[in-house]
Amino acid sequence: MTLKNEPINREQNRKKYCRFKKLGIKYIDYKDPVFLLKFVNEQGKILPRRLTGNSAKFQRKVAQAIKKARHLALLPYVADGLK
Amino acid sequence: MFQKSYETVFILTPVLSEVQMKDTVDKYVGLLKELGADVVNVENWGLKKLAYPIQKKTTGFYVMVEYKVDPTAIKKYEINFRRDETVLRFLTTVMDKHSLIYADRRRKGEFNKKTEAKEEPAK
Repeated sequence: MTLKNEPINREQNRKKYCRFKKLGIKYIDYKDPVFLLKFVNEQGKILPRRLTGNSAKFQRKVAQAIKKARHLALLPYVADGLK
Repeated sequence: MFQKSYETVFILTPVLSEVQMKDTVDKYVGLLKELGADVVNVENWGLKKLAYPIQKKTTGFYVMVEYKVDPTAIKKYEINFRRDETVLRFLTTVMDKHSLIYADRRRKGEFNKKTEAKEEPAK
């Protein structure tokens, strides 16, 4: 609840969209760590939907792909300064 | 007989010499053929740095195999991976129609343009 005199920063409130629906991406490749890095924070943790703006269906696919990539040591389980 | 398409990525220990590396890869691809699979594509990604050390090794030789096989053969295939200590890690995934389309486009080299598309448009 934004208070009356509290500034609403426009940048955060822009309508988030699911990039997969927009671009019509149907399959998220677990073999491509560069693309998956967009959904992982500096410590290598999976970013929540409220930050990535993904729809539920694709957030699950992204999470599965990241876990497979971690299994294959393409992505670290724990990292510092990943980007 | 009913065949599903699968994709297996496995990592070989870097300790092997070039010849041994090649033999191991041929062994696993040949094994697939014995199990009645038709191998669609084999990719050697070569020595890559691992994101975290596996069995005290920081690099690994990645190999990716795409194939169509009877689902019951997968169990036999993976037993060999488990038994072989030169294989650090392996992952077999089933491919649905979207991943098949993506794999075809990837093989045609649509994604490794110099200006990599911001997001791989895998329509």
